[in-house]
Amino acid sequence: MMSRFRLLLAVWALLALGGCATAPGGNPKDPFEGFNRSVFSFNETVDNAVLKPVATGYQKVVPQIVRTSVDNFFANLGDAWSAVNLVLQAKPVPALEMGMRFVFNSTLGLGGLFDIAGDAGMERRNEDFGQTLGRWGVGSGPYLVLPILGPSTVRDTAALAADFQAAPAAWFQERRDQVGVTALQVISTRARLLSATRTIDDIALDKYLLIRDGFLVRRRNQVYDGNPPDEPEPPEEGSENPPPK
Amino acid sequence: MFRTLAIALTLGTTLSLAHAETTPDAFVMTLSTEVIEAVKADKAIQAGDVGRIRTLVDTKVLPSVNLQRMVVKSVGQPWRSATPEQQKRLTEEFKTYLINTYAGALTQVRDQTVKLRPVRAGSSANEVVIGTDVVSKGEPIQLDYRLEKAGDSWKIYDFNVLGLWATDSFRSQFARDLSGGGVDALIARLSEKNKQISGSKN
Repeated sequence: MMSRFRLLLAVWALLALGGCATAPGGNPKDPFEGFNRSVFSFNETVDNAVLKPVATGYQKVVPQIVRTSVDNFFANLGDAWSAVNLVLQAKPVPALEMGMRFVFNSTLGLGGLFDIAGDAGMERRNEDFGQTLGRWGVGSGPYLVLPILGPSTVRDTAALAADFQAAPAAWFQERRDQVGVTALQVISTRARLLSATRTIDDIALDKYLLIRDGFLVRRRNQVYDGNPPDEPEPPEEGSENPPPK
Repeated sequence: MFRTLAIALTLGTTLSLAHAETTPDAFVMTLSTEVIEAVKADKAIQAGDVGRIRTLVDTKVLPSVNLQRMVVKSVGQPWRSATPEQQKRLTEEFKTYLINTYAGALTQVRDQTVKLRPVRAGSSANEVVIGTDVVSKGEPIQLDYRLEKAGDSWKIYDFNVLGLWATDSFRSQFARDLSGGGVDALIARLSEKNKQISGSKN
């Protein structure tokens, strides 16, 4: 499965490189905008046809308390991977905290179904391998929209291989269980995001741009743990003062 | 990510205080808390009455926003070549758009609280960036404000959700319509978007 995935990544990388060059007036962070927009359209189609209806049904049928437990379960597995990444990023104290979070929730929280640590006030830090690479200086590279998986960057796409090793499916042995668990993860995540994506649909004049800009900025924030170095600000239109340095 | 974006957008404004000189961080804290409390306490809003939220935003939040500066910042260069009539219409549509945006995001508020981040030394006495975190269970959501001095109090002219400044996002999204058909195209687009949102919610 992994080698097939790598092949898929390679194909997409080739397609991306062969894709449209930066259009005039295009964002330098998104040289593959033409290609990305096509994938984005495809993802929207799949979402509207399959994911949104199934997630909406899931939300209607499954009681909130069960849905919360499912979300907690997957988030807990994610905490273990975050702890590993924090170690890899040489951040021992947060690594220890996230490790403790995982242990508390796995034991006292009945296998992660209850977020005991969260109730006790322990904040969650989501870390993935892309952030680890970023922490050690690997630049994000151009914006890349992946089929089904959505917004990413060239660096984070490469890092996916590592993230997939730690995905919830990896915690199960049987092929059937792996597929089931992954499907449940996708549906529960989509359901959790339903009202937020509805808001995005309402707000966005250009959904592709809003998601791209939000994602890139958020990613940069995540790599720098909330304190990214300031980027130069364009001079503000209509103001007499130059932007503060 | 989307959920946090939506939640933080709701808190991107504040209520006016008519008291003695306020510090910018006190201003932000009072406002954020008041808005969240108002939303949590109002049963109709919790039930999804978006018209009510829009009224709340219009009467309590907009007075604390320097709308003019936000529009200019969001439109960028093309503002200069717009006629006063176009600027007026654009500001009107932008105002409705902002209210609808904010109201939509306010529907996400449940049990969040707001915490101030340490205030960074400002580069000028009249403009400052105040950072807050919107906290519920799980990861805190970054929500920052750009404030300008307005008499004894402050006004918001930009806000930042998870690192994305609203005016940057608007500028990016407006650019397509502006380069395609100028200011009139943007006005038409915003107007259409506003009708669409009002239509789907009421």
